[in-house]
Amino acid sequence: MAEETIVLRVQRYRPEQDSDPYFQDYEVPYRKDWVVLDALNWIKEYKDGTLSFRWSCRMGVCGSCGMMVNGRPRLTCNTFLREFYPNPITVEPLVNFDIERDLVICMDTFLEKLKKVKPWIIRREVKSPEEGPYNQTPAQLYRYKQFSMCINCMLCYAACPVVGMHPEFLGPAALALGVRYLLDSRDQGWNERMEEVGSHEGVWGCTFVGECSEVCPKHVDPAAAIQQGKVLATLDWFKRWLMPWGQK
Amino acid sequence: MAELLKHDVVIVGGGAAGLRAAIAVAERNPSLSVAVVSKIYPMRSHTVSAEGGAAAVIKGNDSREHHIYDTISGADWLADQNAVELFVDEAPRELTLLEHWGCPWSREPDGSIAVRPFGGMKIERTWFAADKTGFHMLHTLYQTALKYVPITWYDEWFATKLLLDKDRCYGVVAIELRTGAIRGIVGKAVILCTGGAGRVYPFTTNAITKTGDGMALAFRAGVPLKDMEFVQYHPTGLPGTGILITEAARGEGGILVNKDGYRYLQDYGLGKPLDVHDPRHPVKRTMELGPRDKLSQAFVMEMRKGRTLKGPYGDYVLLDIRHLGEKKIDEKLPFVRELARNYAGIDPVYEPIPVRPVVHYMMGGVHTDVDGKTPLPGLYAAGECACVSINGANRLGSNSLTECLVFGARAGHHAAEYVGSAPDPDSSALEQQVRDEADRIRKQFLERTEGERLVSIRKDMQNAMEEGCGIYRTEQSVQAALNKVEECRERFQRVVLDDHTNSFNTELIAALELECMLDVARALCQAALERRESRGAHQREDYPARDDEKFLKHSLAYRTADGVKIEWLDVVITKWPPAERKYGADSGLPSEGGNKS
Repeated sequence: MAEETIVLRVQRYRPEQDSDPYFQDYEVPYRKDWVVLDALNWIKEYKDGTLSFRWSCRMGVCGSCGMMVNGRPRLTCNTFLREFYPNPITVEPLVNFDIERDLVICMDTFLEKLKKVKPWIIRREVKSPEEGPYNQTPAQLYRYKQFSMCINCMLCYAACPVVGMHPEFLGPAALALGVRYLLDSRDQGWNERMEEVGSHEGVWGCTFVGECSEVCPKHVDPAAAIQQGKVLATLDWFKRWLMPWGQK
Repeated sequence: MAELLKHDVVIVGGGAAGLRAAIAVAERNPSLSVAVVSKIYPMRSHTVSAEGGAAAVIKGNDSREHHIYDTISGADWLADQNAVELFVDEAPRELTLLEHWGCPWSREPDGSIAVRPFGGMKIERTWFAADKTGFHMLHTLYQTALKYVPITWYDEWFATKLLLDKDRCYGVVAIELRTGAIRGIVGKAVILCTGGAGRVYPFTTNAITKTGDGMALAFRAGVPLKDMEFVQYHPTGLPGTGILITEAARGEGGILVNKDGYRYLQDYGLGKPLDVHDPRHPVKRTMELGPRDKLSQAFVMEMRKGRTLKGPYGDYVLLDIRHLGEKKIDEKLPFVRELARNYAGIDPVYEPIPVRPVVHYMMGGVHTDVDGKTPLPGLYAAGECACVSINGANRLGSNSLTECLVFGARAGHHAAEYVGSAPDPDSSALEQQVRDEADRIRKQFLERTEGERLVSIRKDMQNAMEEGCGIYRTEQSVQAALNKVEECRERFQRVVLDDHTNSFNTELIAALELECMLDVARALCQAALERRESRGAHQREDYPARDDEKFLKHSLAYRTADGVKIEWLDVVITKWPPAERKYGADSGLPSEGGNKS
């Protein structure tokens, strides 16, 4: 019996030799328990070692292998071939990013945005480790926990129309992390962090399309984080301008 | 061309150990410039996949003696007891620091830290963040590290060689993936934090990146690799992919059954089972909460008796957590449910999970002391790539994340002190080494147009290791593996790549990784050959007993012109003389007596 196969139509671009991206078709074995990443690895190992892409954990938690699969941002390590078989599968790099090569996008802009929201605990008075952990009830943990689940996979940036049009928009993942720290009972960095999170490039840049939450593989719901961020920023505005004595 | 990028401390690897080391240097001396060189973005590091938790004594019912004894007995007495004592003493402080930095540890109703039991523990002491502990620790460390201005990030740079001058280490040669540029990244101290080498085997929980790079770099520079023969098989990986199902599944009460639904562990000296609805279940250091080496060995015995199930990816048994119920599974083990649904096609709320032992962790690594120092001045190592050793012949579950923090911090602090006293290197000598390494890479990989593809060499090495250096070994099986590895090293000299370009050449990186794995595999085989006893994860069927007379010693594998040479180093015993490992009903602590063999 001839082996069943499926076609992967893969976008190629090698900056040293290609002036523009183009598509290359590969016929790969079809296996019900293979994900798109398995097929890409099969191509790389047996057919064409020049195809470049990122991956690491192959279990949906490192965030490396996000690509456009038939036009949708997906983690290729948990997108199964069987979802598409017998039709061909188009694989492209995530949109809204520059391409380094083939399926590899340039992450520089995201790393700058991540740093802007100050994704670390800010304390006015620091406790020494000898004094033990801070107290945080399950209810306090629950307030921010979901927004701490972001794996930085960039699918939400590829899905967000605002990121596409306004590259300076901090974007769903960075804002969700900014809001995560604002909501953490241990954090006292409200003012510094709100300067970025509550700005025009921050939560107010979002037009609430909600695509980010649709594509999020970890159910972080960045759209909800941004809406909460807008509420917090509004409270912040009232506190700063109408009740300056009310500031923490 | 050979321009040097200059810093004070160069850290290779951006996982838990590397990031903790970077923060330690920056806090100890903010005037020092720190380079973090990582072949992938730090938040992609394999720490991210750790699920169950991190051990440290924090609860009133626990004690340092309990943690020490669990670790030493788990290690089958091959751990250095001075190192274990120091590790246990510093662990609570390190996990508390992570808490202060924002790690979302799971909590008790009163807001204090929650703990769960893990295999081989007398008292529950594993801090956890649901079942994504490694993920949360890694992102907390990375995001916290971003605030330190002295840290320069070399993201997606692959280190290929240590820079040496006058018998000291002064940095690394590294390839920038984006451009293919090869540069020297110079510092008076280098800390290797590159993780393990599970990919030496075909079937592993490890990410594709775990290729023993740091171990190989040190080994090639004449630094010995310690206790490499000890490879931990985790008893519960998914067949086929090798994806890990955390030990926390058993810590929360999951059970292992064979094809007849029988809890087979009771036949292997791990105690008697209690009913899953008995409030005393699961009993610590008993049955499913035995240590990993013994559980994986029991699987092989069960397979030989024909009592395992057969599937397309080999034999397997079943991990049953159904009795925990959907609510508890979703609260405590959500990732287990997600992984089982995605990659095993079953929902563990309604069906048991197929599992089998899978290569998980290297107890061995670069030989260091308790400060992370290697015998080569200026070179430090921490985390899985290092061997202090607190893990001995078998690591206790949930000690590895804590180890990354405790020894990452210690290495960072000591490196920060060392750079103040180290002499300046001869820059022209370093530049020459960078040029030579760039030439080597170009000639060996980028210019060759005929030869063997790397995948066949890699697969042959991996299969030989599984067959010859698996859960059970013999002189013959290990020798066969070693012969195959040597053959693969020969063939690797003629490896050919499709990709001869510079920009983001991932095939070149895969070749360099394979070169590292071949060195690691060779050291592992030689040590496995010469340790003629059975201890912990190293089970020699031709030498089935532990032999403290001859082998209460660490193996040190040196690379020499005529192959790998093994030397032996005494284990440090402070207060806990070697005894029989006991699990089950009399899995006693020293105070309970009766465990002298």
